[in-house]
Amino acid sequence: MSEAVQNSRLAHWYRSWEEQTESVTLAMWFFLVTEVMFFGGIFTAYLIYRAQNPEAFAAASHHLDIVMGGVNTAVLIGSSLTVVMSVWAAERGKQKALATWLFLTMLLGLTFLVIKYFEYSAKFEHNLVPGASFEFHDTRAGEHGYVDPSRARMFFHLYFFMTGLHALHMIIGLGIYGVLLFNTLKGKYSVRWHDPIPVAGLYWHFVDLVWIFLFPLLYLIGRH
Amino acid sequence: MSTESEHHIGLPQYFSVFGALMALTGLTIWIAFQDFGWLNNVFAVGIAVIKATLVILWFMHLRYSSQLTKSLLLVSLFFFLLLVAFVFADTLTRGMLEITGRPPVIGG
Amino acid sequence: MNPGPGQKEQDMSSTAEHQTDAPPDYLNDGYGLRSWLLTTDHKRIAMLYLMSVTIFFMMGSFFAALIRAELVTPEGDLVTPDMYNRLFTMHGVIMVFLFLIPTIPAVFGNFFVPIMIGAKDLAMPRLNLASWYVFNVGAVLILYSIFAGGLDTGWTFYVPYSSSYSATNVVTAAVGIFIAGFASIMTGLNLMVTIHRMRAPGMTWFRLPLFVWANYATSIIILLGTPVVAITILMVGAERMFQLGIFDPAYGGDPILFQHLFWFYSHPAVYIMVLPAMGIQSELMAAFARKRIFGYRYVVYSSLGIAVLGFLVWGHHMYTSGQSAYAAAVFSILTMLVAVPSAVKTFNWTATLYRGSISFQTPMLYALAFMGLFLVGGLTGVMLGTLGIDVHVHDTYFVVAHFHYVMVGVTVSAFMGGLHYWWPKMTGRLYPSFPSKISAILVFLGFNLTFFPQFLLGFMGMPRRYHAYPVEDWQVLNVLSSAGATVLGVGFLLPAVYLTWSLFRGKRAPANPWGAVGLEWDIPSPPTKHNFEEDVVVTHEAYDYDARRDAIAAAAAAKQEADLV
Repeated sequence: MSEAVQNSRLAHWYRSWEEQTESVTLAMWFFLVTEVMFFGGIFTAYLIYRAQNPEAFAAASHHLDIVMGGVNTAVLIGSSLTVVMSVWAAERGKQKALATWLFLTMLLGLTFLVIKYFEYSAKFEHNLVPGASFEFHDTRAGEHGYVDPSRARMFFHLYFFMTGLHALHMIIGLGIYGVLLFNTLKGKYSVRWHDPIPVAGLYWHFVDLVWIFLFPLLYLIGRH
Repeated sequence: MSTESEHHIGLPQYFSVFGALMALTGLTIWIAFQDFGWLNNVFAVGIAVIKATLVILWFMHLRYSSQLTKSLLLVSLFFFLLLVAFVFADTLTRGMLEITGRPPVIGG
Repeated sequence: MNPGPGQKEQDMSSTAEHQTDAPPDYLNDGYGLRSWLLTTDHKRIAMLYLMSVTIFFMMGSFFAALIRAELVTPEGDLVTPDMYNRLFTMHGVIMVFLFLIPTIPAVFGNFFVPIMIGAKDLAMPRLNLASWYVFNVGAVLILYSIFAGGLDTGWTFYVPYSSSYSATNVVTAAVGIFIAGFASIMTGLNLMVTIHRMRAPGMTWFRLPLFVWANYATSIIILLGTPVVAITILMVGAERMFQLGIFDPAYGGDPILFQHLFWFYSHPAVYIMVLPAMGIQSELMAAFARKRIFGYRYVVYSSLGIAVLGFLVWGHHMYTSGQSAYAAAVFSILTMLVAVPSAVKTFNWTATLYRGSISFQTPMLYALAFMGLFLVGGLTGVMLGTLGIDVHVHDTYFVVAHFHYVMVGVTVSAFMGGLHYWWPKMTGRLYPSFPSKISAILVFLGFNLTFFPQFLLGFMGMPRRYHAYPVEDWQVLNVLSSAGATVLGVGFLLPAVYLTWSLFRGKRAPANPWGAVGLEWDIPSPPTKHNFEEDVVVTHEAYDYDARRDAIAAAAAAKQEADLV
């Protein structure tokens, strides 16, 4: 890449390359703080209602497909690895590797969404989507006895809201990575300047982090 | 920031973290099917916290980031926990002090 | 003759007054709609925001006027109850989300924070421009919800009315507020990163002007609080659109949980409104007393203290909601704490005036008004924070009077003061002094006439958000209040006239019309596109009036000596 083009990557209002990299990285971390508080609001609602309705939530959680949830967890952890590898490749100017790792990240993200689609379809079929057709039958035998279906429905309110919001973030992440891949194929990134790669990586890792908490809180209650 | 990680975190470390994350995922699923009573919840959240810590420190390079960035994480956690704590302080104490009349009974 | 700001396609041949080697000021650096709508210059974006918020302020005032017109008579004879619900809702939504929260950071923060820290622009200028567009998209959605049937939930959107029963455009307005909130986050992000990373060499944290500190503290609140109200609004929208009844008691939901989540943001939000205003107040006090701010460090700590403590007290909006009495008591005690840093600032401003060289220019009139109005507003806030009092006056006009004293008496006064202080810098024009002082006085008198009677009405039990009131005796105070609103309106309209006039006919402003100390006064009025032609290195404290005085005295003494020789 020519010197002029390379230097054009340093925006004129910054005093140095370091100031630019540090600024955009810091900006993403500040944005992730807002995302913590954003998801924090719905996590709060979840914690309050679960504390108030432990049995109903356990019974409802039992209806989630732990296999699909577990596979999705592995898929996302894998995608965090591919993200880390994309940063590694970008730091070393390895264009083909960078493109490959970005592509794999997108592939894994897409896999996550496809599995999610199958999960949601199953919920539709079993009338577990909140709305007029919602029906809840407690399939857990045992000492807990009758579970109030209206409280079980609250679990599904939270399930759809939280996983839906998470999936939306995933879709946005796919869009971002699509742009990164496109730019990589056009040769925009170099050892000198590749800020968008690690910065987008931070966002993707955050989406993984949310799922790391969603999985046990939604899928793993009352499994014993 | 990206140049720092070049010197500090190598490929073997990244793959070890990945392996640990997968193993912890398997562990948390296995624990869910055992009956440890109230400890089940502790293990579930605890393992999630450990996994999150691994992702944040190594994958997100926080281990090698500035003091400011590290404190951002703590700040956001603090305010999230503040929100949860104060809301619980309300819902758990409804009916105490018996001053404002019969409190609403919500939930189980 | 140089063209006025914002004018389209001008003939550049008549630039005789331009020196050919001096760079043009930011207003004249490029003409045409595109150069404004695609600008990344923080100063132009600040002016774009100023245009937007002025329009929204006028719209919000229009609804206020209708409210006051209805309340002149005890009967509900001007509008139907349903229409009245829409009026106070839209007044609140527009004023809070489209004026009070964005304005000072997005206008004066945008314009002056980079200059005050010696930078050429904000950290992310394109994000800055994007934030203006996002803000306007949110605003359009909010305004659309008015014209397509209105919104009647109150700006507070309490469930279950907003989620289940209201037949108005809740979802549209909610989405609009969500989007406008996103713009707020973008601005806060930008300011945070800028202040952390782009200070000029020598500009250490404790040499920053207090206005910069104010924007910093405000940005902390924006980043931590706004997302919570955003998700809460989404939850209400999800309930309306997808039957995900997270607050619905039929499914074990808790309407009070909505209030917790809503006020977790909305209380700190009032500090988003007030902290930047206090920052302006510090600037005005220093400039018009020609003195450094007394106890600079304590003002800094109090700003940060307000930002943090402001997150601990939201339950004082919920004393009578059904939250536990225990929680109410704890919130009441914590609310007493948050008054302390505000008091610290008030004492420090007063101490700044002591033995200062005070001049009563228009910005100072607004700053002095601020002092008195904040005293009343702040102390009545302490009254409302007291659990025992609030149980009596909650949801009465006492509350309405309190928050208008702080929101208008503090935020709008500071906005007007800042506008009149920095107008010469931003536009390069001086405005006529006499009309500006008259309107400052009209605003002060009109404001007090409007809102002081409301304290009395509230204590006597007049409920808020009612289109009619049952007690004949209350009419006198209501008529006074509405009369005051008219005076206030005139006081706000006059600047629209003379400030606009000054753009075309005002005298050209020098770099430092007030003789103030600050980096913004060392550069031309208006500034050039890059703010500083040479790199800035800072070697002195903020508000270094002593050094200035010493320098002037030394120069005068040297001149005297030279004359004698």
